[in-house]
Amino acid sequence: MIHSLFLVNASGDIFLEKHWKSVVSRSVCDYFFEAQERATEPENVPPVIPTPHHYLINVLRHRIYFVAVIQSEVPPLFVIEFLHRVVDTFQDYFGVCTEAAIKDNVVVVYELLEEMLDNGFPLATESNILKELIKPPTILRTVVNTITGSTNVGEQLPTGQLSVVPWRRTGVKYTNNEAYFDVVEEIDAIIDKSGSTITAEIQGVIDACVKLTGMPDLTLSFMNPRLLDDVSFHPCVRFKRWEAERILSFIPPDGNFRLLSYHVSSQNLVAIPVYVKHNITFREGSSQGRFELTLGPKQTMGKAVESVLVTSQLPRGVLNTNLTPSQGTYTFDPVTKLLSWDVGKINPQKLPSLKGSMCLQAGASKPDENPTINIQFKIQQMAISGLKVNRLDMYGEKYKPFKGIKYMTKAGKFQVRT
Amino acid sequence: MSASSAFNDEKGGSSSVGEPEYGHDPASGGIFSSDYKRHDDLKEMLDSNKDSLKLEAMKRIVAMIARGKNASDLFPAVVKNVACKNIEVKKLVYVYLVRYAEEQQDLALLSISTFQRGLKDPNQLIRASALRVLSSIRVTIIVPIMMLAIKEAASDMSPYVRKTAAHAIPKLYSLDPEQKDQLIEVIEKLLADKTTLVAGSVVMAFEEVCPERIDLIHKNYRKLCNLLIDVEEWGQVVIINMLTRYARTQFLNPNINESLLEESGEKAFYGSDDEEGKEEKADAAALAKRKPYVMDPDHRLLLRNTKPLLQSRNAAVVMAVAQLYFHLAPKAEVGVIAKALVRLMRSHSEVQYVVLQNVATMTIKRRGMFEPYLKSFYIRSTDPTQIKVLKLEVLTNLANETNISTILREFQTYIKSMDKDFVAATIQAIGRCATNIGEVRDTCLNGLVQLLSNRDELVVAESVVVIKKLLQMQPEQHSDIIKHMAKLTDNIQVPMARASILWLIGEYCEHVPKIAPDVLRKMAKTFTNEEDIVKLQIINLAAKLYLTNSKQTKLLTQYVLNLAKYDQNYDIRDRARFIRQLIVPTDKSGALSKYAKKLFLALKPAPVLESPFKDRDHFQLGSLSHLLNTKAGGYQELPDWPESAPDPSVRNVEVPEWTKCTSREKRKDKKVEKPFYSDSEGESGPTESADSESDSGSASESGSESGSGSEESGSESGSEESEEDSESEEEERDEEEEKKKRKKRPERSGSESESEEEEESESESSESESESEEESESETDSKKTKKSKKEKKEISLLDLDDFETTPIEVTPVNNFLSNSLVTDLEGLSLTDTVMNPTTIAPSGAVKTYELLHRITGEGLAVEYCFSRQPFGPDPHMVAVQIQFTNNTSSETKNLHMEEPKLLSGMRIKEFPEIEVLPPGESATVVMGIDFCDSTQAANFQLCTHTKKFFVSIQPPVGELMMPVFLTENEFKKEQGKLMGMNEITEKLTLGEKCQSDHAIVQRVTSAANVSRVPCGSDKECRFAGKTVTSGSLVLVTVVTKEERAAQLTVNCEKMVIGTMLVKDILQALTQ
Repeated sequence: MIHSLFLVNASGDIFLEKHWKSVVSRSVCDYFFEAQERATEPENVPPVIPTPHHYLINVLRHRIYFVAVIQSEVPPLFVIEFLHRVVDTFQDYFGVCTEAAIKDNVVVVYELLEEMLDNGFPLATESNILKELIKPPTILRTVVNTITGSTNVGEQLPTGQLSVVPWRRTGVKYTNNEAYFDVVEEIDAIIDKSGSTITAEIQGVIDACVKLTGMPDLTLSFMNPRLLDDVSFHPCVRFKRWEAERILSFIPPDGNFRLLSYHVSSQNLVAIPVYVKHNITFREGSSQGRFELTLGPKQTMGKAVESVLVTSQLPRGVLNTNLTPSQGTYTFDPVTKLLSWDVGKINPQKLPSLKGSMCLQAGASKPDENPTINIQFKIQQMAISGLKVNRLDMYGEKYKPFKGIKYMTKAGKFQVRT
Repeated sequence: MSASSAFNDEKGGSSSVGEPEYGHDPASGGIFSSDYKRHDDLKEMLDSNKDSLKLEAMKRIVAMIARGKNASDLFPAVVKNVACKNIEVKKLVYVYLVRYAEEQQDLALLSISTFQRGLKDPNQLIRASALRVLSSIRVTIIVPIMMLAIKEAASDMSPYVRKTAAHAIPKLYSLDPEQKDQLIEVIEKLLADKTTLVAGSVVMAFEEVCPERIDLIHKNYRKLCNLLIDVEEWGQVVIINMLTRYARTQFLNPNINESLLEESGEKAFYGSDDEEGKEEKADAAALAKRKPYVMDPDHRLLLRNTKPLLQSRNAAVVMAVAQLYFHLAPKAEVGVIAKALVRLMRSHSEVQYVVLQNVATMTIKRRGMFEPYLKSFYIRSTDPTQIKVLKLEVLTNLANETNISTILREFQTYIKSMDKDFVAATIQAIGRCATNIGEVRDTCLNGLVQLLSNRDELVVAESVVVIKKLLQMQPEQHSDIIKHMAKLTDNIQVPMARASILWLIGEYCEHVPKIAPDVLRKMAKTFTNEEDIVKLQIINLAAKLYLTNSKQTKLLTQYVLNLAKYDQNYDIRDRARFIRQLIVPTDKSGALSKYAKKLFLALKPAPVLESPFKDRDHFQLGSLSHLLNTKAGGYQELPDWPESAPDPSVRNVEVPEWTKCTSREKRKDKKVEKPFYSDSEGESGPTESADSESDSGSASESGSESGSGSEESGSESGSEESEEDSESEEEERDEEEEKKKRKKRPERSGSESESEEEEESESESSESESESEEESESETDSKKTKKSKKEKKEISLLDLDDFETTPIEVTPVNNFLSNSLVTDLEGLSLTDTVMNPTTIAPSGAVKTYELLHRITGEGLAVEYCFSRQPFGPDPHMVAVQIQFTNNTSSETKNLHMEEPKLLSGMRIKEFPEIEVLPPGESATVVMGIDFCDSTQAANFQLCTHTKKFFVSIQPPVGELMMPVFLTENEFKKEQGKLMGMNEITEKLTLGEKCQSDHAIVQRVTSAANVSRVPCGSDKECRFAGKTVTSGSLVLVTVVTKEERAAQLTVNCEKMVIGTMLVKDILQALTQ
């Protein structure tokens, strides 16, 4: 299926190649570079590029293109999903997935790629299994390895692959048994000029960090499972039980994983936690424009709106801005025309605002479009949909685990049209 | 083989002998001396005795490979480390070997012997990895060795090794396609494998090697469907795609009857060919003669088993299921995929891109499906352009009379975007909406005309092109727009737009008689500087004007044609020559010039603005070919539906594991094949409870679906069941085999929950059976039990066989009543020895289990059931009623039991020996077993005069107790004593059919041998029983709450019994 993989950095250098079948010359990437040139923006490179003898399927993550070479029919999503899984694995192993990190750990990367695919077909993609096979590099281990000459490759054989719960490594032991769950909800919304909601929906995930000894069997139940309109599970979740009882029952993988992602439909009314008052005008003839922006909280159930960041792509005609924020800092990049305002926390008593003027190109006609405003924010200890975990029970092991649950609401793709 | 043996001899010394020669091969060093030197020190390191040095060297070499540097000259030095003890060195050597073996075939052979040794290793993982590397070395000479290794590994005990064998098949096939026939044999063998680990890999091999051999799938079809949910995600994708193709060849089109009722004037989805096909089929196939369409149960099985995978986290799996539903499901059911696909849109932009492409194709055929999600396709300014354009496509496809105003309002915002490519796409989208929906045509046209004054030239140009197309539909009313556009020629520079305007003016010159010649004049001035398409249109305009208004334009036309005559572009020169001949009358001009007017001024049909995604669905959705809209290499065509269904019996499997597929059995099959849930190791009681419940979910799911399914409602399965007796012999046997298998399972796994559950399903079927078959009898029976106090004689008159063959459903009240009667009767000691408990009708829904199958029993079939009667001779024993049926043609003599093998404490009271059992007859006996309040099996031997059979009986926990009669107060008092550790409480949601009091009582009493305790509150049901051996009380309380919520409490001194009972009752109630 997947013949080869090339990693291309932002400046167009191939810095890693791996072949699972016969070697494919790296000149095949020329077609990719061609397509890259045609696309104006990096994210506009088509994910699938046909060439006379091969097809190139690429994903862009962390400013690195992962270009897979395939030769015959294969579902494109299969390859795309796999490439993303590769990136996730790298991130899991090295903390970041950058060119430098990959180059520093090139041997581990190679060992990982070798295990993840066999003859181009995915073999082991579960991070628990991979970690059993190849230990992630840590500073301590690197030091120890240089002194003792021991290796990163796990001594024991990957028994996890044979297990009936392939996502969990065997023989897990902890002195502190803990299970933490983060319910994170993101609001995707488009707000129109007048402040009314065009579309809003909530996407939520439950990320877990489970460090439990042995083979625990967990059940997690919700107070209001009906809220969840559409869900997708980690393979460990027993689907039938969810169907029948709306309870999540699973033997968790060890460590961090995404248990569930869900969708709260736009049919339900979504509370929008912030509002924006804006007044952005360009006057015909003059080289000045006015810019006023005020943020305020609404429907936050008394919780503070934090880490607010406002970004906006201003029209090309804007040369510079002269703005004063009432709090936080703002920057304007005259090249990319990107305005970004780091607001911080919204104080309901004293609403943050950004006011001032914009300098327009002299002589040019006024831009006919108004910029969209993108907002990011966080609200701790609240799930905006109202989802609540009822209880978490553990079976199969005798000890008492420490359990914790955290809620958070974030802005997803939150846009205000002006 | 010969090659390998030769190298086997060499394996010890090869490294020391080979090394110096290869090491100093000057040719391999490369041109640069520095390079040569560096490799030299790597060689030294590889030759050293220290693993750390070797490792360091290997790491540097791998880094070179990763960067794409050539490291092939190090091959000899590296390959001799293939047997290194250090695992990491070894792995890196493998990496190197696989990379360069193809280039250095001879030297690569040195390593083969190591792998051959590995193939024989007792550790399965080492065997697997040896096979993996061996098969990855692309050296043609070792093909026979690989073939042998694959064959051997395909019958390996370890599923992991078999999986590796499946992976190796396509490798070998790509190396030597001539091995195909042999490889197909291996694939066939591996396809029959029943483990989830192998399934995905072998189907992948099947797809690469022999996708056309669909016949190999028949026998494994049902198994693959049932295993699917437990296969790893990548395997799921491959299997689902393959099954889609398979289903298209084997089943009938589920939409065959609706094909003409397609929505909104779109061309009918399954064209008229299918209609013809239907008729032909009606003639040809007797089974489907003009009948309404009935879905093949196997078709239904596939749809049902793939549906849960829409919830997968893996986008590829979701997409695979979506395309399966799109291609295979009845129209009414396709809708379920929309939600999942919309969910994928949240993912990475590459995923979005692919999903949107597929959604765009789907929206053309099935618009209604995505309409509720319209807003999810709204465009954000941060989306990449390619995503925006696709979303626009989807929005356009979704537009109809009701939502067009919202969509147009959205489009208005988009037109203001900074992304000009996107604006251009939006304008085209507006054009398409306008052509498709007549009501908004004028609005759109006006909007587009306004755009003509936009400052951005691209926007204007695109609008012109779209307006041109729209005007063609009704030019009469819009001469002012044409005038307006004529003025634009002064400003617009975009060639396509200029060409469009010129064409419009030419085409409708009679609407603008004054302006047209002027435009031509201006154009003639700039002719030489125009782009080619514009030049062509100028010539066109000139020609048309010449024909309509030759007085004013004759000279201009001549001028233009003269200019064109000397143009650099041959197209333009040709066109000029051709037109001149046609329109300018000369002496030589042919007959054609008479028709010039007709030729040029013919009425032209309005263009149809079509989606580029139209008709893309002849490619399998989700495939690479669909995405590119061209056939990719190795693409397997999605076949059209057959006109008449091929024989469905090809999927029947004779082997006991896979029985003939009635809907009821399918459900069981599903349960039986549950590798993940059923044998997870080291799980204790509560875990199993969770598992069994998840399984029960599966049953309930299939139950609920059966309502909508065509032929799977409970009553029908029951009637099928009852007919089965009269059906062919073979079928009956299958049925029995099935039972036997089910019986065996609990023995193997030793998990009580499993057996319980099967018992449950069994009871279900037996209930329905009795309903359909023996209704009258059950009625009489219930009367009998009621009457029995008065007319005790009747009891002994009951015909035994009747009750054996047809377990009778009695209402729970009767159950409790009859139980009490029995106790009463016993107290009265009216029973003599002959009157053993079985003679009283077995009450409640009694499930029979198979003890000995008639095949294994060589004609002797033995079944048993728990009659729930006190066992006369010893009250601490559970009565087990055993029925022998002699299916042979000769007598069976001296039926008795021997050598019970029991756990400590367990006791068995043997049944009296049956001296003769004539052929075709049945006999029933009762034995007592003291299970010591545990669910351990009792094993013993059944002996006839010739044979001995090992058998075992395992009781469900509910049978280990007997009813006790308590008053409400007593109950409360006893419950008070059994608090804390002895109390187990579970919340549950009652099953749909189990909401009345009556139903609850029935379910509980059928799950456990307990009796009801009177109770004041109507929201509570209480039951009491005691364990047979130790007499510990078992108290069950079910409290119903609003909706379907309920709470189950079990109080029992024996916690194990309590836990298991909770689990069983829970399962009974939630179904």
